[in-house]
Amino acid sequence: MRPWLALLAREIGLAWREGGAIGTALGFYLVVVAITPLGLGPDLNLLSRIAPGVLWVALLLASLLSADRIVHNDYEDGTLDVLAIGPLPLEGIVAIKSLSHWITTGIPLALLAPVLGLLLNLPVTASPLLVLAMLAGTPAVSFIAAIGASLTLGLRRSGVLLALLVLPLYVPVLIFGVATVSAAITGPASPWPPLLMLSAFSLASIVLAPLAAAAAIRNTLR
Amino acid sequence: MPSLANPTRFLSIVDAVVPWLAGLTVLLLGFGLYLSFFVAPPDYQQGETVRIMFIHVPSAWLAMFGYMLIAVASLGTLIWRHPLADVAAKTAAPIGATFTFIALVTGSLWGKPMWGTYWVWDARLTSMLVLFLLYLGLIALWQSIEEPGRAGRAAAILALVGAINIPIIKFSVDWWNTLHQPASVFRMGGSTIDPALLTPLFVMMGAFTLLFVLLHLISMRAEILRRRVHALQQIEVQRAGAGA
Repeated sequence: MRPWLALLAREIGLAWREGGAIGTALGFYLVVVAITPLGLGPDLNLLSRIAPGVLWVALLLASLLSADRIVHNDYEDGTLDVLAIGPLPLEGIVAIKSLSHWITTGIPLALLAPVLGLLLNLPVTASPLLVLAMLAGTPAVSFIAAIGASLTLGLRRSGVLLALLVLPLYVPVLIFGVATVSAAITGPASPWPPLLMLSAFSLASIVLAPLAAAAAIRNTLR
Repeated sequence: MPSLANPTRFLSIVDAVVPWLAGLTVLLLGFGLYLSFFVAPPDYQQGETVRIMFIHVPSAWLAMFGYMLIAVASLGTLIWRHPLADVAAKTAAPIGATFTFIALVTGSLWGKPMWGTYWVWDARLTSMLVLFLLYLGLIALWQSIEEPGRAGRAAAILALVGAINIPIIKFSVDWWNTLHQPASVFRMGGSTIDPALLTPLFVMMGAFTLLFVLLHLISMRAEILRRRVHALQQIEVQRAGAGA
């Protein structure tokens, strides 16, 4: 257990000390949500109706910003080669890296969301469920982003390619995430079925995505 | 199958098959178009616009067929390292994307008179659009990685991830919004489409499938030859470098 914890501590420490890695995602999230009303007009009724969708789409974009950091820096400086040769299975290493991305990006974004919801006139009563849905959905975001990051390792324009590869795979997260929050605001449907579907998708991603990501990394390092 | 793994033997088989296949495709496509435009009666509700179906449904079928083909070929690339599998996967992607695009465009032209709008965010339209985006992602990944072997394995991984995801996306989008008619050609208790329209539809589906196979074989041949030319050029460069 100890090497895994050491790896996790290293990843989180790097993200924390890198300066701006976490802050950039949060700042980007704020900016995207803040310019949306400028494009749509200040109608509070309209804004509160579309708030769940805007918050979710902006969250996906903000997490993609830092997605290539999951493996890219370690690939550049050779750490990834050392980790791949070492005794830990590569699948586990990718899983730890995705977990650290979730802790340093997914959780802060999910916690910031209700504050940004206030800007969009999202009812305060929906905030707990919004945070819950985002905490349930963001693991899928981070783990699937790891597949994209591993596939685009060392390519030119990898950031744009990463977004093109990964965003279509986020459709279920978006649909069930928005459905959960919308049900909490407007009723009468219960928010629990979509929330459970969202959790199931996240759990499946946690299990399956590291396999694909590790295969992609092996393909690059070969 | 093992005998097909040899690209040279594959090329000679393709050379022998393509003229016959091309003739058969032209005949069947011509027959299908004749049936669709002159024999099939106009629908009692939709009028002449129902003829769009004879292009739309076969394209949508090939859009899915193309992705299934890529997924199976990707298994061939990753598990058996079949030398032709990644050629098959690479060349199927643009063809599949084109048929997806045709299905989307004809569907949208059909939607205008029937639903009163070119585009609705209906479940089937949305999942076809997502399928189109997955195709674009595959093509973009192929183009970004220069070494064919590495590109082939990376695209195979992405294709399999997409293949696992497509049913989930399909399900989630169905759950989200549905306006498109439910499945009516193949369903329990027989088709809901009149035989007068169904026969031309089946002929067209057969013709389009032949067209897909024909285009796929031709572009696989082109891809194999392109790789050979590339390899020969590299040998040439090395020889020139050694001589100088």
